[in-house]
Amino acid sequence: MKNMQNEEINKQEFNITLYTENHVGLLSQVASIFTRRKINIESLNTSPSEVEGIYRFNVVIIETDELMNKLIRHLEKLNGVIKAYYHSNNDVIWQEMALYKMPTSIIEEQLNVERLLRRYGARVVVIRKDYTVFEASGHREETDNLITLLQPYGLIEFVRSARVAIIKKSDGFNSKLKEFERLNPLPDAYSEHFLNEITKGLIV
Amino acid sequence: METTPQQIVTAISTSEIKQVSGSVAILEALVAEGVDVIFGVPGGATIAIYDALFDYSEKLKHILVRHEQGAIHASQGYARTSGKVGVALATSGPGATNMITGIADAMIDSTPVVCITGQVYAHLLGSDAFQETDIVNMSSQITKWNYQITDATEIPSVLAKAFYIARSGRPGPVLIDITKNAQLQMFDYKGYTKCDHIRSYRPKPIVRPSYIEQAAELINQAQRPMVLLGQGVILGGAEAEFKAFIEKSGIPYAWTVLGAGAIPSDHPLNVGMLGMHGNYAPNMLTNQTDVLIAIGMRFDDRVTGRLDKYAKQAKVVHLDIDPSEIDKNIKATVPVWGDCKETLPMLTALIEKKQHTDWLARFQAYYQDELELVIYPELNPTSGEITMGEVIRHLNDITNGEAVIVTDVGQNQMVASRYSKLNKTRSNVTSGGLGTMGFALPAAIGAKYGAPERTVITIAGDGGFQMTLQELGTIMQNKIDVKIIVLNNRFLGMIRQWQELFNDSRYSFSDLESPDFVTLATSYKIASKRVADREELPAALNEMMNSKGSFLLEVMVTKENNVFPMVAQGCSLSEIRLK
Repeated sequence: MKNMQNEEINKQEFNITLYTENHVGLLSQVASIFTRRKINIESLNTSPSEVEGIYRFNVVIIETDELMNKLIRHLEKLNGVIKAYYHSNNDVIWQEMALYKMPTSIIEEQLNVERLLRRYGARVVVIRKDYTVFEASGHREETDNLITLLQPYGLIEFVRSARVAIIKKSDGFNSKLKEFERLNPLPDAYSEHFLNEITKGLIV
Repeated sequence: METTPQQIVTAISTSEIKQVSGSVAILEALVAEGVDVIFGVPGGATIAIYDALFDYSEKLKHILVRHEQGAIHASQGYARTSGKVGVALATSGPGATNMITGIADAMIDSTPVVCITGQVYAHLLGSDAFQETDIVNMSSQITKWNYQITDATEIPSVLAKAFYIARSGRPGPVLIDITKNAQLQMFDYKGYTKCDHIRSYRPKPIVRPSYIEQAAELINQAQRPMVLLGQGVILGGAEAEFKAFIEKSGIPYAWTVLGAGAIPSDHPLNVGMLGMHGNYAPNMLTNQTDVLIAIGMRFDDRVTGRLDKYAKQAKVVHLDIDPSEIDKNIKATVPVWGDCKETLPMLTALIEKKQHTDWLARFQAYYQDELELVIYPELNPTSGEITMGEVIRHLNDITNGEAVIVTDVGQNQMVASRYSKLNKTRSNVTSGGLGTMGFALPAAIGAKYGAPERTVITIAGDGGFQMTLQELGTIMQNKIDVKIIVLNNRFLGMIRQWQELFNDSRYSFSDLESPDFVTLATSYKIASKRVADREELPAALNEMMNSKGSFLLEVMVTKENNVFPMVAQGCSLSEIRLK
């Protein structure tokens, strides 16, 4: 029981970045790595990467650092996954995009709403007689706050995208991929950061 | 190395491009990959492949099994004894789902097999067509790779990839699902090219000399080192490299069930089997060793017992080809990534030649305890019914360790693994990770085709044998020379043992009434005999071994006998009990 509590405390949000080939069924295989360990996926996004033909997954889960190491290696083992990384929220720049549908009449009449929208940097996407759609992006708390604030003014509908995250210390995937394309990649192509960590404390 | 230039196996110049059907392309791929035998059952969605097979009987032997589970287990047995990729062929729907257990078994035991399943026409996919199942999704968790082909032009390249993935790196099962239209489709066949590189797949990690050096330093400093031998040594073909390593270092080695027999079992540094029913010495001394050297093994829970009390005092050197195995269960002090065929010689070169006489004597002392309390009474009983261990002892006298032993799951498996004498690598075929009852009989069929010159002996219990006994029909029809020993204790023995030890002997649904196995074998035209008297046992075993062709020997063994030593589930290895 004590262990379980510690584990809960040690859990935090992690951003997983996968570079993959574009295969039918890969999404379900990636998902299964989490489901077989009963891990919930908080957010998932796939999109093309900067390299043609290579896709990029952004997955957010809440886990311990220790388990992340194992998960990453299992993900990388999947056929179709070229490279897997994981980062804490501090190591990435991330955004989520949200759409808010509001009654147009309220926006015309209520000055407060306008202020709110300005404060949150929301943009108007569509204006119709009956409703207006705003778009805002930011961290989860920011887009969440805006919901709470708009709710009293008759928020009609709300939707939020998955998280997209850029790794702060990344030089992109172009050069790495070239290494993988070779039959005998150089050791640099493998970022075995956990191995380096172990080296530090070792007998040498 | 993966650097070999791509080979055109079936060289066809552009002027010779010919129209072939998808089915012919499948068979051409199998021939090009050096497959000589496939195991399967025809069905509605593979009838086109079977039609093409009719003209390939000289190049490809097809063994008609009685159930698709038999096909996959036979292909596993074939892969285990031959070291080549096994091939199983099944139709869509129930044909495919019947193979699921075997595919899961091959996955957890890293057995290279390629399963080809038929599928309904592409235009019917997703419509709940007759015999349609989404086998690709179903099997995705238990295959190293799988793929659905809906267009015949994909067949050569996808099958090339399938064989490459199945056999390279850490081997495993691959399933290729081929729709009926693709099997029938005529297309311009440009020959078959073997695959040797896939961009999102790295069969083996790069060997890092710095870790080899660190590992060697740990080993050289070690006072009480111990080697754990796993199946990786056999899969990597590194038996000689392993032998050189332990002989130079003088380190005692213990083995997992799947690592059994990688080098001859009478080696002086062999200190026995690991795990739940392993030997007393290696289990007791795991918690006293200072350096554990795990080679091609994955610290399964049956090996480690309670994880938080497993070898806490030891530094761990872990050699594995699969990076995801490092640190999975046991934290490695030095992770030696790579193929042990490459890493072991590098390590051997750096270690000092040593002998650990005092340390070995401690194993010997524990062995004496076990010999007295467990082994001798099990192997040499003088009264009561025949014991399982006694059967293995007589069998060892006859085979002298030269036979392939295919075991089922449960008490029969543990006793056979503990006591079988094995002189050659690839002599031990069993379902280790998944523990699939019913594995032995069909696997033995495949094992015989994988090693036709060797004697193949199946050892099964009365429970497991009945799970796949229909394969006696396969043995009959193809006149396969497999010796079958059914150790009949009229119980699901291992379950009964647990119920006796942990559930106050409440034998809930573990007692078993069986048919007359001798008559059963007779109706399959298989020679057979039943033996219940101790005096008759050696002669009966000799009769079985000397008979031409297959033979079923039913041995009536002690009803309520337990396999010891035992590390109860959830206990630490030091809590191993001898009775």
